[in-house]
Amino acid sequence: MKVALFATCLVDLFQSNVGKATVELLEHLGCEVEFPESQVCCGQPAYNSGYLKESKEAMKRMIETFLDAEYIVSPSGSCIAMFREYPHIFKGDPEWEPKAIKVAEKSFELTEFIVDVLKVEDVGAAFDASVTYHTSCHMTRLLGVRKAPMVLLKNVKGLRFTELPGKEQCCGFGGTFSVKMAQISEQMVDEKVCHIEETEAEYLIGADAGCLMNIGGRIQRKGKPIKVLHIAEILNSR
Amino acid sequence: MPMKIGSNDFKDRVEEGINDSFMRKAVAGAQERMGSRRQDAADQLGNWEDWRSHGEEIRQHVLEHLDYYLKELSDNIASRGGHVFFAQTPAEANEYIKNVVESKGAKKVVKSKSMVTEEINLNSYLEEAGCEVTETDLGEYILQVDDHDPPSHIVVPALHKNKEQIRDVFTEKLGYQKTEKPEELAAHARAVLRQKFLEADIGITGCNFAVAETGSFCLVTNEGNADLVTALPKTQITVMGMERIVPTFVELEVLVSLLTRSAVGQKLTSYITVLTGPREQNEADGPEEFHLVIVDNGRSNILGSEFQSILQCIRCGACINACPVYRHIGGHSYGSIYSGPIGAVLTPLLGGYEENKELPYASTLCGACTEVCPVKIPLHGLLLKHREQIVEKEGKAPISEKLAMKAFGLGAASPFLYKLGTKMAPTAMNPFVSGNTISKGPGPLKAWTEIREFPAPHKERFRDWFKNREKDGDA
Ligand code: SF4
Repeated sequence: MKVALFATCLVDLFQSNVGKATVELLEHLGCEVEFPESQVCCGQPAYNSGYLKESKEAMKRMIETFLDAEYIVSPSGSCIAMFREYPHIFKGDPEWEPKAIKVAEKSFELTEFIVDVLKVEDVGAAFDASVTYHTSCHMTRLLGVRKAPMVLLKNVKGLRFTELPGKEQCCGFGGTFSVKMAQISEQMVDEKVCHIEETEAEYLIGADAGCLMNIGGRIQRKGKPIKVLHIAEILNSR
Repeated sequence: MPMKIGSNDFKDRVEEGINDSFMRKAVAGAQERMGSRRQDAADQLGNWEDWRSHGEEIRQHVLEHLDYYLKELSDNIASRGGHVFFAQTPAEANEYIKNVVESKGAKKVVKSKSMVTEEINLNSYLEEAGCEVTETDLGEYILQVDDHDPPSHIVVPALHKNKEQIRDVFTEKLGYQKTEKPEELAAHARAVLRQKFLEADIGITGCNFAVAETGSFCLVTNEGNADLVTALPKTQITVMGMERIVPTFVELEVLVSLLTRSAVGQKLTSYITVLTGPREQNEADGPEEFHLVIVDNGRSNILGSEFQSILQCIRCGACINACPVYRHIGGHSYGSIYSGPIGAVLTPLLGGYEENKELPYASTLCGACTEVCPVKIPLHGLLLKHREQIVEKEGKAPISEKLAMKAFGLGAASPFLYKLGTKMAPTAMNPFVSGNTISKGPGPLKAWTEIREFPAPHKERFRDWFKNREKDGDA
């Protein structure tokens, strides 16, 4: 199975380890992974700030880049949710709407792809530690992916899982919200960190680089001993 | 702007909210209680998503045919001897109501809970005209006694106060001498209010829904105060936002069920009162004279716009109870009597962007509001539309942001520029990096790093790793 990897800008620049883990994991599961070089950003930062025109430029490049892929997979629920928005954004545009639909239909978040498309629930990973998991709003509410990461984590050998209290509550990232409304964002991320501490887990796991950068950055600033990992890194541990 | 509350500066209001630990505790507790009750009530009904779709359909249908239903409603009220007045502005509504009050020589008014009268600021208008106005909903009464403290939630207006604070208000203002037990506080308020009901010349109510087919209107409460407001005074005035109509009792039942479950997690509230026009000859109670004031106040501008769906709102407050931003800043931070996600969407529409430009940004777009709204208003999508308006039509975005986004557009349009930009990032950021993190970032990163660490860009981008790996024949 051929998979075109949509790495996302955050992973490309700041979290190459997540990208590497994703590639290795997919290959381990028998996929042939390619990385289309012309990929840019999904357009979300501009789109969510109200810059529709600018964001459409990025979206068009992404549609062109991935149009002929067999499957598009990304280690970010939020960015895939953006891809799935494309058909609505280009609604009524005779040139771009059909292409947007095509791209949206074959786009999958990593865990969703593994469970729903590859039909794999146990990736053969082992990770000997106590963990908790942040669900991420776009992944759950916009994409509707709730079960897949849970199923995959449950089958990781040695992993001890504690559910995060208030797990569906936003961590306060929200893209530009994190800087525009920093004073509110701080309160939100602090409540999240408190909840994580309550679980006494050694690791916080998530499936969205944005949320992890926010929560992880706050944990680091406060000097807490909790480590932060992307779910791809856990699933790629053997 | 009548519905405006608190200090002018959004940041100041937020700061005040964040520092109010009593309020935050009360709000967090209430959100958890009401959120889980709402969930239980929805589960208990079963097929919740179908009910929501049905609610949405009804509301959309009414909005598409609002002119028709408004006419049907007012014809039916008039045929029963009631008076109907269409007010385009708050001033027109207030003036009409004042004239009715004066024509009756009335001095004492009792009111049941109504957000639209808060929106038009009716109370102070009547008070200036020399009337004594008494709020009879317990929450509203508490706020009124506390020097007109504004509501912080559309369903639970005094949510920001705990029982000790309420006791103190009663002690100071009413000479109350008992404890903070809710029953004792309520009993005291009840004794005061009983007398007010008996003395009142005029009763003013809001309107949860008006039924076009019969000219009836429906009030949903848990305290029964609305029944007394409508039963005792000789003259009754009902004020409604112009969109609050259902075609018949069949649709009323659906929406009331969605409302009570979403608002307070109850199958039904203790009192659901339906009234039709003034007292008729063979009837034992009800007002002798009935006035319906239908308030536009900007609503017809929303009709037909890309924001029309906000008029579907049935004011249940579920979006507020689910909102993680409201949770930390409380209702007063929104600077409007409409707070939370519904407030962030509605207030700029009714009050303009100038005074409310921060509201559409006071959201992470997490979608918790959209998920719970019983009539499926795409709340976070509407916040996004506001942002688009502010940027593109109003031109009110900060210049630095505009430039950054322009650059984004250019960079994103050209994979070459994009790659170049990301390649340069590690070098550009180098002066700020210590170890693998940035603790004090420049420009837009400054606000980020005031709170958190920012990761240093990796020297080898992911795409470089991938390419090298292919070259090495590693794949
Ligand atoms: S927007 Fe929806 S959830 Fe919010 S108050 Fe209105 S009906 Fe209720």
